[in-house]
Amino acid sequence: MPPVVNTIVSILFDGLAWAMFLFIISVGLSVTMGLMGVVNLAHGAFAMAGGYLVLTATASWGVPFLASLIIAFLVVGCASVIFERTLYSELYGASELDQVLLTIGLAFMAIATYTYFYGPLPKAIHVPAYLSGELHLGARSFPTYRVFLIVVGAALVGVLWYGFERTNIGAKIRAAVDNRRMAQSIGINVDRLFTLTFAVGSGLAALGGGLSIQLLGLTPSFAVIYLVFFLLVVAVGGSGSMWGTLAAALVLGICDTAGKYLFADAGSFAIYAVAVLILLIKPAGLYGRE
Amino acid sequence: MKIIGAIAALPLALCGLGMAHAETIKVGVVLPYSGPNSDLGDQIDKAYDLYVKLHAKDLGDHKIELIKRDEGPASGANARTVVTELITNDKVKLLAGFVFSPSAIAAAPLATQAKMPMLISNAGTAWITNLSPYIVRFSFSMWDPAYQMGTYAATKFGCKTAAGGFTDFPPGQVSMLAFKTAFEKAGGKVVDEVRMGSPGPVPDFTPFFQRVKDEHPDCFYVFVPSGSHAGGVMKTYGDLGMRQAGIRLIGPMDLIPDYQLAHMSDAAIGLVVVSSYSDDYDTPINNEFVEAWHAAYGPDSYPDFESAAGMDTMAAIFHVINTLHGNLDDGAKVVDTLKGWKHDGPRGPITIDPETRDVIQDEHVEEVIKKPDGKLGVKVLETFPQVKDECKVLKVGRCGS
Repeated sequence: MPPVVNTIVSILFDGLAWAMFLFIISVGLSVTMGLMGVVNLAHGAFAMAGGYLVLTATASWGVPFLASLIIAFLVVGCASVIFERTLYSELYGASELDQVLLTIGLAFMAIATYTYFYGPLPKAIHVPAYLSGELHLGARSFPTYRVFLIVVGAALVGVLWYGFERTNIGAKIRAAVDNRRMAQSIGINVDRLFTLTFAVGSGLAALGGGLSIQLLGLTPSFAVIYLVFFLLVVAVGGSGSMWGTLAAALVLGICDTAGKYLFADAGSFAIYAVAVLILLIKPAGLYGRE
Repeated sequence: MKIIGAIAALPLALCGLGMAHAETIKVGVVLPYSGPNSDLGDQIDKAYDLYVKLHAKDLGDHKIELIKRDEGPASGANARTVVTELITNDKVKLLAGFVFSPSAIAAAPLATQAKMPMLISNAGTAWITNLSPYIVRFSFSMWDPAYQMGTYAATKFGCKTAAGGFTDFPPGQVSMLAFKTAFEKAGGKVVDEVRMGSPGPVPDFTPFFQRVKDEHPDCFYVFVPSGSHAGGVMKTYGDLGMRQAGIRLIGPMDLIPDYQLAHMSDAAIGLVVVSSYSDDYDTPINNEFVEAWHAAYGPDSYPDFESAAGMDTMAAIFHVINTLHGNLDDGAKVVDTLKGWKHDGPRGPITIDPETRDVIQDEHVEEVIKKPDGKLGVKVLETFPQVKDECKVLKVGRCGS
């Protein structure tokens, strides 16, 4: 393989894996924000909680890695309903400042709680042998875990596409994002829809948290340190849109990787430059409504 | 009221009678207790507490009180505030801790102004000790491991080319420069120096490592802050198959803090670092230390090079208190007491260089191996005895000022 092609393949592959991580965690945040206008800064805390659940399940209970990911999705998804019913439901229609204060407060409380139980030390996970090492595909090899991440991400895109575009509930969600009052007036229970999407979104965040341990390690502060990336994806994609989230995750993920690979000195800045550029041209995001 | 007055007057009366003059010495401890790098603070905090617990009786009638404040993020943004508080409100006699170089750099002018001895247990940017005559460092200069690694890689490994990857803040820049200086002096060539983001959140290292992999150097020198970054480095190195591609991973001890090594995968086997400490060192003092650590903090908690430096820092504080009979009011006197201080700690023999106030210690080239019990550990390949900070010897950049 000529070096230039090799470089491009490297960037696209790593960028795609990074984009899938961003997509899995951000999609729930985007849809809940679009649906109720609630800015949930505690979203990263659900991802962190999922990560710790996967860790405990695999290390202490002997649950297989893949099964523990599903457990994290289900448990955190269900637990988030409790938070939604007791705390977030008070926030609908509240000012943005109130929303931000409550949800970032929740994130900090989550960090303190998990630090108390798990300690501040970074945790690592031992993934099964079939997910570690390299996979040889044609002329070159790829890290197996990243291939796995891309496959999971692609599968989720398929499932979410079906859910959004081909089911009754998906149609209701789209209707409610478009015009909540009109949707309510024709009898759609937007509160119930919100609870459902909140649970699925939080569950996906937990799944993403579990998947990311192998890439980033896990500390309680996961809840806030990567939050800016997730918010960036939502802002660039336009809130409430699954396709927008996917497009934004791909653009930002690949640009971030390319920037770091090609211009390592300034590369960490690339993701912000691209985000600013896109928002200058489309202030409401790629798929957002003006 | 009368009774309280009487109790308050009691110590004075005892002094008047010529009894031992008992003091409570307040020590301001500045370590990261929150945020993504609080694990680093934890390692030193535990060492301080352990030393005080084990040796409290050595102080006789004097008592030591640790006043702990949060150093905050790696940017050092919090350090000035808490150091000012410790000096003016809490009236401490000594400052100790400082994990991050930016914090130590920010606090240095305050130490000078307040004539406040500042004992560093980690922050390794070489020229920090030049910033104030009240700074004494017990940990290391980033040059110590990096310079030795550069020489060793070029001469013993026969690496002709090397690439470097470093976290982009002062200790990373200094570590890279030290490695490059020694490596090129020994005839090697550094083909790329990759800046790998800030010391805050752990980045995805893949793009940086892929770039290096495509450049095919013989050796890949990596500096990251000890702790959560190290795990990411090892995973990425393993996942990208860089070893199979013939690229040898080397670095300073920050790549394998002992408490992280236990969680690392077999990808770490064969990694070579230069370090001043490992909990595997089989000396009576270290064995006793590791045993006491496990007894205090459980079998899953491991001391690392930071903890070893923390133990030595506290030993130095005890030495000062006993030598000066509890009177630490004169900061300059405290620093003078520490100049030339020799001590046998978990790391082995250390000396505080009277000229630079920086530590002189043995540096070891270590390879990561699988121990007979299946855990990862290290094997010492070579020892450089009593290494001085080469940066100040060669007077490179700010080390010369």
